Amino acid sequence: MLLFVEQFLNGLQFGLLLFLLAAGLTLVFGIMDLVNLAHGSLYMLGAYFAATFTTLTGHFIGGVVLALMATLVVGMAVEVIAMRRLYGRDHLDHVLGTFGLILFFNELVRLVWGPAGMNLTLPAWLNTSVELLPGVHYSMYRLSIIIVALAVAAVLYLVVMRTRIGMLVRAGASNREMIGALGINIKLLFTFVFGAGAALAGLAGLMQAAILTAQIGMGENILILAFVVIIIGGIGSIRGAFIASIFVGLVDTVGRAFLPDILKLFLSSSAAATAAPAISSMLIYLVMAVVLIVRPEGLFPAASK
Amino acid sequence: MKRTLLATSAILALAMSPAMAQNKTVKIGFVSTFSGPTAVIGNDMRNSFELALDHIGRKMGGLPVEVIYEDDGQKPDVGKQKTEKLIQSDKVDFVVGYIWSNVLLASLKPVIDSQTFLISANAGPHQIAGELCSPYFFSTSWQNDQTPQAVGEYMNQKGVKTVYLLGPNYAAGKDMLEGVQATYKGKVVGHDLTKWPDQLDFSAELSKVRAAKPDALFVFYPGAAGVQFLNQYVQSGLKGQVPLYTAFTIDSLSLPRQGDNALGIPGAQHWVNDLPNEANKKFVADFKAKHKAYPSFYGAQSYDAVGLINSAVVAVKGDLSKKDAMRDEMRKANYQSVRGPYKYGNNHFPIQNFYLQDVVKDADGTLTLKTVATIVKDSQDQHAKKCPMKW
Repeated sequence: MLLFVEQFLNGLQFGLLLFLLAAGLTLVFGIMDLVNLAHGSLYMLGAYFAATFTTLTGHFIGGVVLALMATLVVGMAVEVIAMRRLYGRDHLDHVLGTFGLILFFNELVRLVWGPAGMNLTLPAWLNTSVELLPGVHYSMYRLSIIIVALAVAAVLYLVVMRTRIGMLVRAGASNREMIGALGINIKLLFTFVFGAGAALAGLAGLMQAAILTAQIGMGENILILAFVVIIIGGIGSIRGAFIASIFVGLVDTVGRAFLPDILKLFLSSSAAATAAPAISSMLIYLVMAVVLIVRPEGLFPAASK
Repeated sequence: MKRTLLATSAILALAMSPAMAQNKTVKIGFVSTFSGPTAVIGNDMRNSFELALDHIGRKMGGLPVEVIYEDDGQKPDVGKQKTEKLIQSDKVDFVVGYIWSNVLLASLKPVIDSQTFLISANAGPHQIAGELCSPYFFSTSWQNDQTPQAVGEYMNQKGVKTVYLLGPNYAAGKDMLEGVQATYKGKVVGHDLTKWPDQLDFSAELSKVRAAKPDALFVFYPGAAGVQFLNQYVQSGLKGQVPLYTAFTIDSLSLPRQGDNALGIPGAQHWVNDLPNEANKKFVADFKAKHKAYPSFYGAQSYDAVGLINSAVVAVKGDLSKKDAMRDEMRKANYQSVRGPYKYGNNHFPIQNFYLQDVVKDADGTLTLKTVATIVKDSQDQHAKKCPMKW
C-alpha cells in the first residue's frame, strides 16, 4: 500500500512534467495551427541554461529564474525569426522547418557546451528525502516539482480563463481568422503565446535537468510523449492537456512498477523481466489508440472550429 | 614530356605491384559511438587508441598504420552497416572497438565471415564467449559476466544477505545481472530491467527497491545513464538506507559529473588507473599530459588493442596474409598490457584479475578511482566451457 502511494506520486510527478511541455505545445498547435517539433529543443535549452546560470551565479533559485527568462527570450526570437515564415503553410512545411530547427539547436548546443552534457547540482535542502506519511519517504526534489507544476497549472488556468489575454488565447484556439478580422493584433498574440510555451518547456527542461542531466537531444524522446498527451487531451485544450498528462504519467509509471510482478504470475521470471519493460513502454500508445478510436477529437477538444 | 614520364611511371607501378608485398599499410577499422550522449566514451577510446599508436611510432612491423573511425550511434543496425562498409569497401585488416554488446552481436558475422580479425575493446556478450566463439575474435576487455561476478564475490565478503538487481534491458544488462547471481550466495529479492537506452527516469524502480528493503542494491548503468541513476539514487534518500554496489557505472568519464554523489560507492574493474605496472604508468601519465584528464577503462582496453595487434603484425613481419601465425601470436597475449600480464582462455577472452575500486580525491582535489583490493585472481568467464574451440 505504501509502495502504491509512492508510485502514485512518481506517476503524478512525471505527468505534471509532461503537462508543462504539453501545455505550450497544445496552445501553439491549437492557436497558431503550427506543428512545432522544435518544442523539445526549447526544453533542452532550459536545462542547459539552468546548469550554466546556477554554476555562474552560485545560486540555485537565481540561476533558475535567469534560465527561465533566457528561454522566454530565445522562444520569442525563434518565433520572430523562423516561425513567422511558416504560418499559413502546409503542416508538412512546419514539420520540415521545425525539424531543421532541432538539428540546428542540437549542433548549437554541441558547439557551445560540448558533447558531454551537463549536471544541474541541487542545493542540499533539495537533494534529500522527506517522510510524507509514516513509512513513505519521498524525494524532496520530486515533491517540489509536483508543487511547482501544480502552481503553474493553477496560474495558467486563471490566466486563460479569467483575463483578457486568456480570452484572446481561447478565442484564437476556436477561430483564428475571426479574431484577426475583429482587429486583434494577431502577430503580437502569437509571439506572446509562443514565448510563454517556450518558457513552460524551459521550466520542464530545467526541472528535469537535476534528475536526468542536460543532454543533447534530450527533448526528442519526451516530445513524442507530449504529442501523445495533446492527442489524448484534445488539441488546443489546456484542461485536456492537464488531465491527459497526469493520466499518461500514471499509466507509464504504474505500468513499469507493477507489470513485471503481474507478468511473473504466468511467465517464467526471466521472460517476465525481459517482456515487462517492452510491454510497459507500449502501454501509453495502446491507451492513445483506444482514445483515438472512441473519441477521435481527443477527450476534451477545444470548441469546434 | 613530364606527362609521358608520369604515365610511364604509373604503368610501371601498376605492373610492379603484384610482385611487391601486398600490404603497404596496416588498415584498422574502428567502430565506436562518436555521436549522442555516449560520444564521450567513443572519444576517450579514440584518444587512447591514437596515444597507443603514437607510442609505437604509428608503425607495426615496419608498415605504417591507417585507422578509419566509424560512428555506430549506439545502434545495432548502424553498427552493422558501418562494419560491412569497413570490410567490403575499405578492406580493413582488423576491426576494433564496440562499446555495446548489442552492436557487437549485430556486427560480428560480416567480420568473421570475411576472415578478418575483430578485437573487441569493450563489449563481451556471453554468446561470443560460448557457442559463437570464433578463431577471428579476440577481446582486450572482459566477458560481461566477469566484472559483476567479482562484485557478487565482494558482496559475499561483506556479508550482504539480500540484494536487489537493476540494469538496462539489452544484451549486456542481462549478462551483468546473470553474472552477479552466478557468484552471489545471498538472496535476490528483486530484479528489474529498464528500457534501454531511452528510459532515464528510475523513480518507479527506486520506489520498489525501497519497499523491498534489501541489504544492498546492485546496478549496471554505463555512460551517461550512470550519472542520471546516481542523481536519482541520492535524491530519493536511498543512499543512507540501501548501500549501492556497481559495475561499469562509475568511471573516469562519468565521475566529473557524478561528483560527490559517487563517494563511498564501490565497483569492480579489471583495470584501474593506479595499477603499478610500467606500461600503465606511461599510458596514464601521457594521457593526462595530453588530454588533462584521467583515461577510462574504455581507453585502457583500446590502448591494449593496439598492443595486441602490433604483437601479431610484428610476429609475421608485416605479412598480413599469414592469419594462422597472427592468431597463434595473439593467443600468447605477448605484449605489455596496461592491466599487467594476462592469459587468453580457449574462447579468446582474458583470464585476469579483478580489483575493488573506490572513489577518492587526488592531490589536486579531482575525484578519481583508486584500487583498494584484489577481489579475484585469474578469473575465467563461465561460458568458456561452451566454446568448442580448442588450442
